[in-house]
Amino acid sequence: MHEWPLWEVFIRSQHGLAHRHVGSLHAADAEMAVRNARDVYTRRSEGVSIWVVRSSDIIASRPDEKDALFEPSDDKVYRHPTFYKLPDEVDNM
Amino acid sequence: MYAQMVKTGVDKLQSLDEMSARERAFQERIDADKRIEPKDWMPDSYRKTLIRQISQHAHSEIVGMLPEGNWITRAPTLKRKAILMAKVQDEGGHGLYLYSAAETLGITRDQMFEALHSGRAKYSSIFNYPALTWADIGTIGWLVDGAAIMNQVPLQRCSYGPYARAMVRVCKEESFHQRQGYDSLLALSRGTDEQKRMAQDALNRWWWPSLMMFGPPDGESVHSAQSMRWKIKLFSNDELRQRFIDLSVPQAEVLGLKIPDKDLKWNDERGHYDFGEIDWSELYEVVKGNGPCNRERLSERIRAWNEGSWVRDAALAHAEKNIHRASANN
Repeated sequence: MHEWPLWEVFIRSQHGLAHRHVGSLHAADAEMAVRNARDVYTRRSEGVSIWVVRSSDIIASRPDEKDALFEPSDDKVYRHPTFYKLPDEVDNM
Repeated sequence: MYAQMVKTGVDKLQSLDEMSARERAFQERIDADKRIEPKDWMPDSYRKTLIRQISQHAHSEIVGMLPEGNWITRAPTLKRKAILMAKVQDEGGHGLYLYSAAETLGITRDQMFEALHSGRAKYSSIFNYPALTWADIGTIGWLVDGAAIMNQVPLQRCSYGPYARAMVRVCKEESFHQRQGYDSLLALSRGTDEQKRMAQDALNRWWWPSLMMFGPPDGESVHSAQSMRWKIKLFSNDELRQRFIDLSVPQAEVLGLKIPDKDLKWNDERGHYDFGEIDWSELYEVVKGNGPCNRERLSERIRAWNEGSWVRDAALAHAEKNIHRASANN
């Protein structure tokens, strides 16, 4: 029979941060994926919430599109606070 | 618990001038300490070498569960049994992190298992030695996991992102493995004469195979040189071995155990311990498949895989049935 599908695992730690990708695993279905994620990725109180998603459902950007996708932001220096030179008296704004 | 003597498929190092534009850009990224990620272009030899190295590392983790799992039912106390179960479970997890990292390179886990079971893929030589007494379990934690840490800590900075990230998780857990092993030996070495003898006997048998875990001296090996150029190997075998010996000698002294090497002595000039000649013919025999437990380990592994097959099939059939039911109800 064929291999169990691959799932990506996201964990949210206790400190109010967003879910973060921690790794992947194989499981026959979503329920088993959550259970396995608990066993593999939260054995030492790494988190309080688990998301799993089938790896095949993830759409990713392509490395060869990197320039087209991300380069324009470099031209828009006015988006950064450091672009604005303020008088010394108020520069900690 | 890792990879030894990984071949790279290259027969000489190329200079930047000899490389194609893509290869040069790739090497320059590595030289600039930038990480390579799964979807990035990479030379075929880099991809294949990493698959070989990471899968061998993964196989070592799960074959390493066999000698230890064997002692779970015979652990001397409930505390030691709980600790050992936690450690063996971690090893399974380490195998999974590593198999996942290798899968990002375009190989499936079943293909890697098939390579292991058919004998094409290797695992660390150390797991072909028997764990004869309870003291062996402590010694494995102290020395074998200790040797693995030497190698795995630098790999957290290796060039391939998923491998480096897997190593971060592994290293966090490995320290528990080494400390519990040492703690267990500490109990024996402070126990009865018989317990002390047992601990010494285990050290006598595991010391040299542990040193062999680092692999033979790299010397002129083109594979080591290429792996270092790619930053999937960060230190030479001899450097890591020396570091391991320097750390282990004082630890043995605290245990009151004697390292079985009559040539072992501190060299003030070098700032390191000198040590005796390693019998490399033994390592080559073990790697060839003629160690004390090669056949037993592999047949146990294959048996476990085959006997689990109905469980894997049933879980998948159940999942598929649920999908059909859900769609029939809509």
